[in-house]
Amino acid sequence: MMNGNPYLPFASEILDVIRHTGKEYTFRMAFDGEVRPGQFFEVSIPKFGEAPISVSGIGDGIVDLTIRKVGRVTNEVFERYKGQSLLLRGPYGNGFDIGLYRDGEVVVVAGGTGVSPVRGVIQALSEMPDARDKHVVVGFRSPDDMLFREDLKAWAEKLQLTLTVDGAPEGYAGNIGLVTKYIEGLPLKDPASARAIVVGPPPMMKFTIIELQKKGFQDCNITVSHERKMCCGLGKCGHCRVNDTYICLDGPVFNYEFARDFVD
Amino acid sequence: MGYVMDRAGFAEVIAALLKDYRIFAPVRKKGAGRFTDVDAVIYDEIRDAGEIELELKSDYAPKEFLTPLSETLLYFTEDEVKESDFDERPVLLFGRSCDLHSLRRLDQIYLNNGPARDPFYERRRKAVRCVLIGCGHSYDNCFCVSMGSNRCDDGYVFSVDLIDDRIHSNVLDGSFIKFFSEVPGAEEKDVLPRFVTENDVKVEIPEEVPREIVRSGLWDEYTSRCINCGRCNFVCPTCTCYTMQDVFYSDNGRAGERRRVGASCMVDGYTDVAGGGQYRRKNGERMRFKVLHKISDFKKRFGYQMCVGCGRCDDICPEYISFSNIINKVNAASREVQA
Repeated sequence: MMNGNPYLPFASEILDVIRHTGKEYTFRMAFDGEVRPGQFFEVSIPKFGEAPISVSGIGDGIVDLTIRKVGRVTNEVFERYKGQSLLLRGPYGNGFDIGLYRDGEVVVVAGGTGVSPVRGVIQALSEMPDARDKHVVVGFRSPDDMLFREDLKAWAEKLQLTLTVDGAPEGYAGNIGLVTKYIEGLPLKDPASARAIVVGPPPMMKFTIIELQKKGFQDCNITVSHERKMCCGLGKCGHCRVNDTYICLDGPVFNYEFARDFVD
Repeated sequence: MGYVMDRAGFAEVIAALLKDYRIFAPVRKKGAGRFTDVDAVIYDEIRDAGEIELELKSDYAPKEFLTPLSETLLYFTEDEVKESDFDERPVLLFGRSCDLHSLRRLDQIYLNNGPARDPFYERRRKAVRCVLIGCGHSYDNCFCVSMGSNRCDDGYVFSVDLIDDRIHSNVLDGSFIKFFSEVPGAEEKDVLPRFVTENDVKVEIPEEVPREIVRSGLWDEYTSRCINCGRCNFVCPTCTCYTMQDVFYSDNGRAGERRRVGASCMVDGYTDVAGGGQYRRKNGERMRFKVLHKISDFKKRFGYQMCVGCGRCDDICPEYISFSNIINKVNAASREVQA
């Protein structure tokens, strides 16, 4: 055996499986070690391959991995249940610095599976003393695609939550529209000093940031998290590189003042 | 210490070295080229000095040994993950000056980008000692002089120049002298490996590529010209990207292996994320991504240029796209912007 081979995965027991939608499940995995929201693991299933999955929850001796059933790797994961194990490597990446969001107004805008990496941040915001100054705008494709329903209910009680869906069948009582629609109306006292976190598909991030800028946010107060193909998480495979930045090493969480220069 | 000998003498040197070393060198494969009756010069393990191609520029680079196109890293059985084995015997790796310069780039990514060293690369790298093939003249598409990779004064154990059917070797590593000094007919002489000091192709790289160029229409041409075959990446001595690939055995579906295979930033799938997301759909965008890595982005991160000017990408391109031409275009456009 090579000393400390970073490619060698370790087996982690599946402690629980939480079904969100027909396609998305959260796997609660046994893990002892330091990990931050926004970091990710390379989740591997022998015979199928590895995929970078962001940490959607952190607890005593556990990490949550929310996995969408797409592609070859993730299909196999869904056939594994409690008591069995998955092979993991990580955590990798920088993750969010929660301390940045303790004071003042904060807006978190997340779309779809982009909620996973910020779930831990939103959780922390909801427990802060001035949680009423923390705004969260979460969007899903449809009511059936909603993740973390229980959390959404709890968050709505503690902080300012706007939950929306891109589209819904007739009779749906909630908000309908893209997350970008709800930025303008956010009741902020001082957008110029407020902080924002934006995570989601690239077009959603782009247009959300435009809305935030219109609202008066400064680029340096906006944090983004990027999703890229990553075969190693170690700065070797090259797939996640943008400009001279390796998303896996230097990110995936970036200050937008820096990330605005990314040219894919 | 330098030696001059005939081919038979050199064959003895190699025969003696083969007792201690595995030797990987450019080898001419008859008829293996892209067209009828065209040979290909690839890297292979040799058993005899006669196999070593000393005259032609190799189509592929020495990374063929260090980062094979496909390499098994791990084996999976039902409840065990095992690292692949490796032949630990020392290796002599032949290459020209540009090739020797390329190893620093490979090391940069595999050993020194990020906190983790890649152990599968490192075990190969540690086994390697380089042998320099001198360049008596510049080859087609070479622009090593512009890239400063045309000469190397160290980093090799001995050099080999074939001049008038005689082998000229400069033995830099004292422990290799014994292989040369005992060869009958070997003359002791001052020998310096040959280096080219001028290429037909010259490039000028802007100190910084302005943002306007990154986003300019300059790259659109390659959306139609480039067929994204990825050959330029596979022959490039400094391209290091790979994709992880798991295969399982058809006769035992619970056992399998994880391989890494060479990846190309020009080929579809390079940026695919779960759910169908993709970056850089157009070939022009991919060309920009590749070119700017070689002449700008790598340097921003590590302080020196990635491209070594070997010109293999130009040699291999089926669409006759010239990398050196692109560099010069970027340079001209950059000047225009800065003027």
